[in-house]
Amino acid sequence: MSAGRKIKVVLAKPGLDGHDQGAKVVARALMDAGFEVIYTGLRQTPEAIARLAREENADVIALSSMAGSHLPICRKLKPLLEQAGLGDKLWIIGGNLPAQDHTALRALGFKGVFPSSSRLEDIVHFIRTNLP
Amino acid sequence: MKHVDSSKSRSRTVINESGIEIKPLYAAADVAASGGDGMIGLPGQYPFTRGIHSLMYRKQPWTMRQYTGFGNPTDTNKRFHYLIANGQTGLNVAFDLPTQCGMDSDDPQAEGEVGRVGMAVDTLRDFEIAFDGVDLERITVSLTINGAAAILIAMYLAMAEKRGYDISKLRGTAQNDILKEFIGRGTWVYPVEPSIRLVGDTIEYCAQHAPKYSPVSVCGYHIRESGADPAQEIAYAFCIAKAYADDVIRRGLAIDEFAGRLSFNFNCFGNIFEQVAKFRAGRSLWAKIMKDQYGATEPGSMWMRMIAGGGGGGLTFEQPEMNIVRGAYYALICALAGTQTMALCCYDEAYTIPSEYAQRISLRTMQLLIEEMGLADTVDPLGGSYYVETLTNQMRSRMETIMTEVEAQGGIVTLVSDGSIQAGVSRQAYEHQREIEEGTFRKVGVNCYRTDEKTPEMEFHPYKGEDARAQVQALGRVRAERDAVRVQQALARVQSDARSTARPNLMPAIMEAVKAYASVGEITGVLVGVFGRYREPRGL
Repeated sequence: MSAGRKIKVVLAKPGLDGHDQGAKVVARALMDAGFEVIYTGLRQTPEAIARLAREENADVIALSSMAGSHLPICRKLKPLLEQAGLGDKLWIIGGNLPAQDHTALRALGFKGVFPSSSRLEDIVHFIRTNLP
Repeated sequence: MKHVDSSKSRSRTVINESGIEIKPLYAAADVAASGGDGMIGLPGQYPFTRGIHSLMYRKQPWTMRQYTGFGNPTDTNKRFHYLIANGQTGLNVAFDLPTQCGMDSDDPQAEGEVGRVGMAVDTLRDFEIAFDGVDLERITVSLTINGAAAILIAMYLAMAEKRGYDISKLRGTAQNDILKEFIGRGTWVYPVEPSIRLVGDTIEYCAQHAPKYSPVSVCGYHIRESGADPAQEIAYAFCIAKAYADDVIRRGLAIDEFAGRLSFNFNCFGNIFEQVAKFRAGRSLWAKIMKDQYGATEPGSMWMRMIAGGGGGGLTFEQPEMNIVRGAYYALICALAGTQTMALCCYDEAYTIPSEYAQRISLRTMQLLIEEMGLADTVDPLGGSYYVETLTNQMRSRMETIMTEVEAQGGIVTLVSDGSIQAGVSRQAYEHQREIEEGTFRKVGVNCYRTDEKTPEMEFHPYKGEDARAQVQALGRVRAERDAVRVQQALARVQSDARSTARPNLMPAIMEAVKAYASVGEITGVLVGVFGRYREPRGL
């Protein structure tokens, strides 16, 4: 990352899930922490997320999933992000993510997994300390 | 509730979530000073502060209607019968996201989502299966559907008609509140203007053909979940309800022809007294609005009928068994506040689709209030409390102020279209989260009384891919068996009616399409072709 440039986060709502309160709260916290945040809005396809992340040259690709379809979505997104040359970026996911799925999400490349009840400052700290 | 230490007085300043300062003690003088002359009255009489009926639960307890639906219609039908066998008196149907967004189960965007957060519905056949064996006169059904509401209301009426019910006598409810979907929840399909038109079409159609059916349940609930405070929750919901009423009145209907079937869905997490006062205040304010602003003369038109009991935003991921206790207090709040229907969030709902066990706990919680705790014995038991009456007046006044502000800024439709309401509540949600993390807004188990002890194992609702595949196959069979010409003709009529500059009511055409077994996705696709799709305002 070049000096002086803000950390750029593309924060996406994949799938049909319409619960965006948490994603917007996290977006505001990341902006307050000095990051640049591009929030996609609802119903993003994996293709659209990968395209936007590439166009924006994002440092962090963050997903919010509240409606249980996180695993199928991340399985579809992983190869698309890799094809877009974003395999070395920091991928994180937050939302309603049962503990039993965390290992699978990490194995798919989502290094940061933030289930409901995660603290905002922990998300900010994780991004700061895990950026490549 | 915020507690601010005040070193001078050595007592805390307490300000409730709606921004009203709470005193340590209330007396008769406080009630008098809080305004609201003549606003208490008696239950069953204008302004209905104390309840919409004179005898309330003494005559009939609230309807118990847990939110249920998952997998395919066969799975959901089994759960319906389980709940009815356990004493539930209504049904509250959860649909999966493809159905809610107007997509068929075989839509590529539906992959992985079919039957996940609710029941998948593609055609009338699915409703026939889902409600098989359910007595639609004894058990009233509420459909939690918004973006695809016109189609699913048509399906419900068509299914009932096919089973021999007289739809002019059929009771039931659809959520069908699209404006709040733009604020929170997000199952919109069309742009704002045609979305409101469709709500108006359903209200007008039901007023003429199914006058006992409640075509809209205006939701403060999700606005609160998105970050609104309790007074804003009611105020914004009333602004939205007025927007629908205005649309119907422009068509030439009189207020008393349809207002009696408007209903509301409210949240209830938070401070017990603020919540009870909120509902009492809302009830009298709605009556006043209907009478003074709309000239309603029928008492039913002035009734703020409601479902309440859910309060997802108040439940916690931490120490989830405490959500059973919170749910019991939420039920108490709603019983004290005179709700018509109650649905509690289950203790495992922060994690998963509720188990049968969790659903039964919620149901028993409500039954316990009626059978053991005396909540169904006396109407408005908190009526006359200096505190509650003062707070009721103050809450009403806050709601009126907020409604006036919305009007002054261009009205709710404008403020939702340009994203102002969304931005405002989202900012509040962030501030609230900060207060929780800083510990200034206390949440037990979250920022105080935490424990490292393990909580009991949670039973996770399994998602069965084979059920989704079965649903896709069932849709294929319906498509193969139905009269294709009839479907095409019906869809063509939906399209021409939607295009017509005369703006005919779309419900008759949608009814025809549904009866021909046209699918949710097919009908939605035709309407999207005419109306286009909603695009969210940019930013937060």
